[in-house]
Amino acid sequence: MAGLEGTVSMNRRSKGQVPQLGRVISSAVPFGTAIGLLLVWEVGVRLFQVPSYIAPAPSDVGQVMGEEWPLLMRNFWPTFLESVLGFVFGNSAAILIAVAFVHSRTVEKAFFPIAVFINTIPILAIAPILVLIFGAGLTAKVVIAALICFFPTLVNMVRGLQAVSPQTFELARILSASNAEIFWKIRLPSSLPFLFSALKIAATTCVIGAIVGEWVGADIGLGALIIDSTFNFRSSLLYATVFLSSGLSVMLFAMVITAEKLIVRW
Amino acid sequence: MDALRRAATRQDFAAVLQKAAVRFGSLTALHDISLEIEQGAFWTILGPSGCGKSTMLRLISDLVPAAKGDVTILGKTTKAARLAREFAFVFQDATLLPWRTALRNVELPLEIGRRKGVDIPTGDRSPRELLALVGLHGREDALPHELSGGMRQRVAIARALVCQPKLMLMDEPFGALDEMTRDRLNMQLLSIWEETGVTILFVTHSIPEAVFLGQRVLMMKSDPGRIMEVVKVELPAPREIEIRDTREFTAYTAYLRQLLEAA
Repeated sequence: MAGLEGTVSMNRRSKGQVPQLGRVISSAVPFGTAIGLLLVWEVGVRLFQVPSYIAPAPSDVGQVMGEEWPLLMRNFWPTFLESVLGFVFGNSAAILIAVAFVHSRTVEKAFFPIAVFINTIPILAIAPILVLIFGAGLTAKVVIAALICFFPTLVNMVRGLQAVSPQTFELARILSASNAEIFWKIRLPSSLPFLFSALKIAATTCVIGAIVGEWVGADIGLGALIIDSTFNFRSSLLYATVFLSSGLSVMLFAMVITAEKLIVRW
Repeated sequence: MDALRRAATRQDFAAVLQKAAVRFGSLTALHDISLEIEQGAFWTILGPSGCGKSTMLRLISDLVPAAKGDVTILGKTTKAARLAREFAFVFQDATLLPWRTALRNVELPLEIGRRKGVDIPTGDRSPRELLALVGLHGREDALPHELSGGMRQRVAIARALVCQPKLMLMDEPFGALDEMTRDRLNMQLLSIWEETGVTILFVTHSIPEAVFLGQRVLMMKSDPGRIMEVVKVELPAPREIEIRDTREFTAYTAYLRQLLEAA
């Protein structure tokens, strides 16, 4: 018994030390790689004297990001708003329709093919149509961002709501559970892990939707700034904008992951 | 008058089946089942795969309807007994809700199935006390994935007992567990049975388990599922695990094995 306790406490001690070192290493590796690649890029651009309008050096991009920060921020917030609103509306619609699908086979049969059809239209092709319908304002971008979120969430949510074992349904029947109780106490909680894997996809795609919407017609937003800086050969600003766009996606993604960790604890 | 007297005697039995049959389409799953299970009894059910052991529990628990015949629980129809929580069911898989802690899983039957005019009985023992009864004191706040298979099954048993049912239907509850865990849970189930006085109907694939637990072993036959024989097990109580090494015990298992081979 004493020997057993000895091993247990030894395990605990090594667990306390190694993960700390492990954590440092595991975060150092991707950081180091990224910095290494930036260095290669910097050196390559300077060594081969690539003109900065073709490929600016990372230092140039960093410098522009500092200088043009107010301009970048002025264009960041509209895109942020469009992405978040698109995320909220697209996923809400998907969740509600998934609930309807699960409760009525007829509704699913009637509308699922349409959902698939809408999903097959390239977002770049439908974006101009939506801008024509909703005008060049906020609405069109939100609709495009919502549309791009919609389908993965619909499919995952339907799967999640159906991911209840037959035995659990038998248990519910033995407990004489009502349909509402089955939905709120069993179906909905068991769908949450599925919902969150869809929301992680949506967190990055909604930004793509908003930017594509801005390409088609907007005078503000990261998408508009991308078009503008491309046509004016301001490559450093273009790169800075692209980095900021991906930063926006990463931020939304991190928010979804945080929410998932708080909610899905099983 | 005769009907009245029969109804009165039926109430004395935990479950009465009279010429009951179950059909799935053209397939007869159960044929001509007549049984009287007295209150407080422990019956185990054995039989070859597909002989309708599980279907019998599902018939009694109102999960499948009787095509013919009659099933009553404490003199009530199966539906009335279900609404009044006269029986509980323990599945082979613990069937816990993974997002609920052990305690909240035990509380589930108290939260759902409320109907106007039907009260959900709350037993003498609180969910906490039941978790202690099955030996899980201190693990109330553990999530199912943090518990071992045997512990999960014990949570399921505590959940089944929370409305203080008169009848507990158990469908191979320890079938997926290793032998040591199974032995321990068998002992524990016997002491729970003695302490609560609940009637137990227990389906198993294991002949030793059936003899060790049951006061009566119901042997079934397949195609169509029907009763082959009811064997009364007259082994002394309280039973300890060592009883399995006695000659009396092995005589029962040998006899049942013969029956099972003939079934």
